[in-house]
Amino acid sequence: MIRLKNRSLVSITDYGKEEILKVLDIAEGFEHNQRQKILSGYVIASLFFEPSTRTRLSFESAVQYLGGSIIGFANADTSSVRKGESLKDTILTVSNYSDLIVMRNPLDGSARFASEVSPVPVINAGDGANQHPTQCLLDLYSIRKTQGTLENLQIALVGDLKYGRTVHSLVQALSLFGATFHLVSPESLKLPSGVKKWIKDAGLDYYQYTELSEVIPFADIIYMTRIQGERFPDPMEYEKVKNAYVLENKMLENSKEQLRILHPLPRVNEISEDVDDNPKAYYFQQAKNGVYVRQALIAAILGLKE
Amino acid sequence: MKNKRTELKVQAIRTGTVIDHIQAENTYRVFTMLNLEKSTDHVYFGTNLESKKLGKKGIIKISNKFFKPEEISKIALVAPHATLIEIRDYEIIKKQQVELPHEVHNIVKCVNPKCVTNNQQVPTQFKIIRDHHGKLKLLCRYCEKTMSMSDVQFL
Repeated sequence: MIRLKNRSLVSITDYGKEEILKVLDIAEGFEHNQRQKILSGYVIASLFFEPSTRTRLSFESAVQYLGGSIIGFANADTSSVRKGESLKDTILTVSNYSDLIVMRNPLDGSARFASEVSPVPVINAGDGANQHPTQCLLDLYSIRKTQGTLENLQIALVGDLKYGRTVHSLVQALSLFGATFHLVSPESLKLPSGVKKWIKDAGLDYYQYTELSEVIPFADIIYMTRIQGERFPDPMEYEKVKNAYVLENKMLENSKEQLRILHPLPRVNEISEDVDDNPKAYYFQQAKNGVYVRQALIAAILGLKE
Repeated sequence: MKNKRTELKVQAIRTGTVIDHIQAENTYRVFTMLNLEKSTDHVYFGTNLESKKLGKKGIIKISNKFFKPEEISKIALVAPHATLIEIRDYEIIKKQQVELPHEVHNIVKCVNPKCVTNNQQVPTQFKIIRDHHGKLKLLCRYCEKTMSMSDVQFL
């Protein structure tokens, strides 16, 4: 029996295969019929302790499409956090004013802690470098929508596989469905061994490459990532790898018909703008799917959709 | 002869606890972790002693001290092979192998400076796991980072 009602979502591993598929199915319903005013009379708190464009706006858009109200802040400077209020006190206070809390916070593990102290469910919208489960769900939604399935796909992950949290969550989630992983990264940004262990433990295979061109002919999905300067302890090391992988339109000539290019965004230069008009470019639609997925999560957690 | 020499190196205690079979390189770590430098009772410390089981081992004898379960969990983290021998009036009254707990609560600090437990008043919580090489690691409940035993700092 799958139960999503009243359950916080902190990490993608909080959900098994059935829960993931349930959220994706509900999201599909919202894609077909987005404006369903089922959240009328509900208040959602949106607590963003650090800046975000896509995640915050797509959550807020999701609430608005559902007819709910939003309270909260878009940066910690406009809240009592600035006066030194603890996270616990902020959460306990805000939970008095809302039915569900969506939170982004720069501290790793802050979302798990918030979910423990909060009497209302918490959705993690990113806790530092740790987890970002709604991004993972929208990635899965985009993969299923473009490929018709999540089972046994050829998934190429490109760029920063070491620090990229979206990559780690995606590997964890796709391991439930039986993918083959093609890992393209510079030597210094390879997927951590702990993450590779999940692949092996699931009885699946992975292959490592340093050249992006090697995976293009057979990939169903190419998941590009930004090499994030702020994650590097040594700026020299960042300079060495920052332009390692740039996908250009001409490189896609011999790719599969069903190939789609995904990217969690924002991009810097890793996907050349000439790719944007190629029908295989899917990253902006992917960001749009984030609204359906977040509508689905909010509705499911509040028990308004089953 | 060999046994006699070992006994001479580390004196017997009347009442208290002997921590035996500490891996030699971890002996001093066990000593500092238990704050034994502040103890006012007799404490005997020996390391690099021969051991069939460990090659080289350490041993610590502490007078008038019996460990609580949470202290035994701490010892197990640093010295997973250790044996605790409780002594009263020179008689062994209890001998136990330390057991690694599945979880540790609020005794270890998270190695990640950005972890919520290092920035807010949150008691730490770790699962004890083994990595793909079979090495013991601590997995933080909050930031989900794993740390090696060599990085463990006690609260």
